[in-house]
Amino acid sequence: MALLNELAKKKEGLVNGHRLCPGCTHSVIMRQVLAAADTDKYDIVVAAATGCFEVSSGLYPYTSWNIPWIHNAFENAASTISGVEAMYRLWKKKGRTDKDVRFIALASDGGTYDIGLQALSGAIERGHRFLYICNDNNAYQNTGNQRSSATPFGASTTTSPNGTVLQGKSQPKKDIMSVLEGHHMQYLAQASPSNWRDLMNKVKKALDVNGPTYLNVIEPCTTGWGFPQHKSIEIAQLAVDTCVWPLYEIEEGRVKINYKPKNKLPVEEYLKPQKRFAHLFKKGNEHLIEEFQKQTDRHWEWLLKREESGVSY
Amino acid sequence: MSKAQIMNGNELVSEAAIAAGCRFYAGYPITPSSEIPEHLSKRMPEVGGVFMQFEDEIASCMAAVGASYAGYKSMTASSGPGISLKQEAIGLACMMELPLVVVNVMRGGPSTGLPTRVSQADVMQARWGTHGDHMIIAVAPETLLETYTETIRAFNMAEKYRTPVYILTDAVLAHLNGRVELPDPSTLEIIDRTQPSVPPEEYNPYDVERFGEVPPLPNKEKFHDYRFHMTGLNKDKTGFPTVNKEAVEADEERMIRKITGNIKDIESFEYYKMDDAQLAIFAYGTNAAAARVAVDEAREAGIKAGMFRPITVWPFPEKQVAEIGKNFDKMIVTEINLGQMLYEVERATKGSIEISTVLQAAGVPIRPQQILDKMKEVL
Repeated sequence: MALLNELAKKKEGLVNGHRLCPGCTHSVIMRQVLAAADTDKYDIVVAAATGCFEVSSGLYPYTSWNIPWIHNAFENAASTISGVEAMYRLWKKKGRTDKDVRFIALASDGGTYDIGLQALSGAIERGHRFLYICNDNNAYQNTGNQRSSATPFGASTTTSPNGTVLQGKSQPKKDIMSVLEGHHMQYLAQASPSNWRDLMNKVKKALDVNGPTYLNVIEPCTTGWGFPQHKSIEIAQLAVDTCVWPLYEIEEGRVKINYKPKNKLPVEEYLKPQKRFAHLFKKGNEHLIEEFQKQTDRHWEWLLKREESGVSY
Repeated sequence: MSKAQIMNGNELVSEAAIAAGCRFYAGYPITPSSEIPEHLSKRMPEVGGVFMQFEDEIASCMAAVGASYAGYKSMTASSGPGISLKQEAIGLACMMELPLVVVNVMRGGPSTGLPTRVSQADVMQARWGTHGDHMIIAVAPETLLETYTETIRAFNMAEKYRTPVYILTDAVLAHLNGRVELPDPSTLEIIDRTQPSVPPEEYNPYDVERFGEVPPLPNKEKFHDYRFHMTGLNKDKTGFPTVNKEAVEADEERMIRKITGNIKDIESFEYYKMDDAQLAIFAYGTNAAAARVAVDEAREAGIKAGMFRPITVWPFPEKQVAEIGKNFDKMIVTEINLGQMLYEVERATKGSIEISTVLQAAGVPIRPQQILDKMKEVL
């Protein structure tokens, strides 16, 4: 890993002028990703699905991207990057380029967990060399916070509102890492912008894999989740410290947990500062927080056991 | 009349759907239609209905088709790119002959286009978006109140003719908050699908000979008693596939005829100040509101203009437009696209009238002044 003062001098791939909300972590994550990429060695090409980040970073006639960037539709970041990557391979084969180019597909949870899953699965199975990054903000934030299959249990969204009968989303969040792991890809990982060194290591590792890789990144959303703009990284840190968002990687099927909180905080610490969970703290809803804790613990313990087993694929 | 309320187009579609008896809504977020699933996620449970959000537009439209098959009045809504994804399911509903209401809150396109801006550029997609020979019904309301009443009519026609029906609103109507006096629910005419009166063993879902051109279809109460087959393949009266060429062609023709043959019941249009007019304007949907103002202002300026406004835009009001072609010398076609219904007007009038246009695909509504200027130019 380069030193901070070296990183600071590096040419930025994503620059100012975008119209993301104040406090949004999309740009923070992307700058960490691009800082990690060894751009002296190779070029980066990004395909972005429709979403907050796409609409905010490429508004005509401006763009915040200093690297080749292609926007497609909502469901097909993985398909588009497949086409680009396949064409690049052909060019290489025919001697039309000798450049080393690495490819990144970028989407949020709607474009990954839901509508983009088919395209992603297909691209991984075909074995294209690309890194797929999901900036998971837990709902369709671009259209105004509608629930997605990445929305956590209990979270209130505009289509899973809390009311007298239902208390936010009744279903648990989809475990996308396990879904994708089933493709037996060489490398996939989960990261957080709060632990930027870890995130950057993962990006570096993934970009060096000659095949499909996946990175799931928590992307705290100040408007959708309902917390003050200056708290985004704190919220991400709380997700990590409560083990709601474990930092781990799966390399050829072997789980490695990259960060084990010395003091694992109760989930309340993560839930409390966010308006979308406010109703869980009403009297009579204690069981919902217990359930949230149970789901979190179950997943954490399962991860610990997997790591301990050392089983690889 | 019940008391006046402030509502927007998306809320009105949602409330009208409930009033029409819709109890299944399958959603997926997309601007500018997202307030429909948002509103119905709260309202459906209150009326004992089902709101469900799916993983994409394909799934949500397929689910709405499935719910209709199970006897429920069902609806789905979206905008441009989402409506493109729903096309296969809409075709399936055409072939299965299942009632279905599809709301298209039109925005600029193609592709992501202008997600937050108005357009009327999906009218031809409504007609021909799904593949294969088929007929479609589509309504295009002009005002907030009409958004409500046309939604009810859309459900009624879907049920009556066992067919998908489009409601074409747009980004302006969707987000326009205005005062509306909703009609008393008891005054609304609500039509439900005809129920089979024959015993289950004698029932076939496409038995045209026995039941007429639109056979009965079990509703959610009778669904469990009647066992029947449906498929996306061309079918015979039992609902099982056939490639018999006479049967296939007869069925294809009948599916179109069940709509065109009942055009008197389906058609809906307005002649606005057309009686003594010398210049005809053709406008529909929210754009008709601009044309209406233009007509009024033209008359103040001494130009005798009038407007013909289809409310049922599909099937196209061919006879009425042909007649205007015969009785007028000049006509202005205006729509918020680069000319789509224009083709239909040209086809129906067969060169009998001089047609000018006020077209715009810039993501903003056409202003009355633009239409007025065109009137002055052509006269």
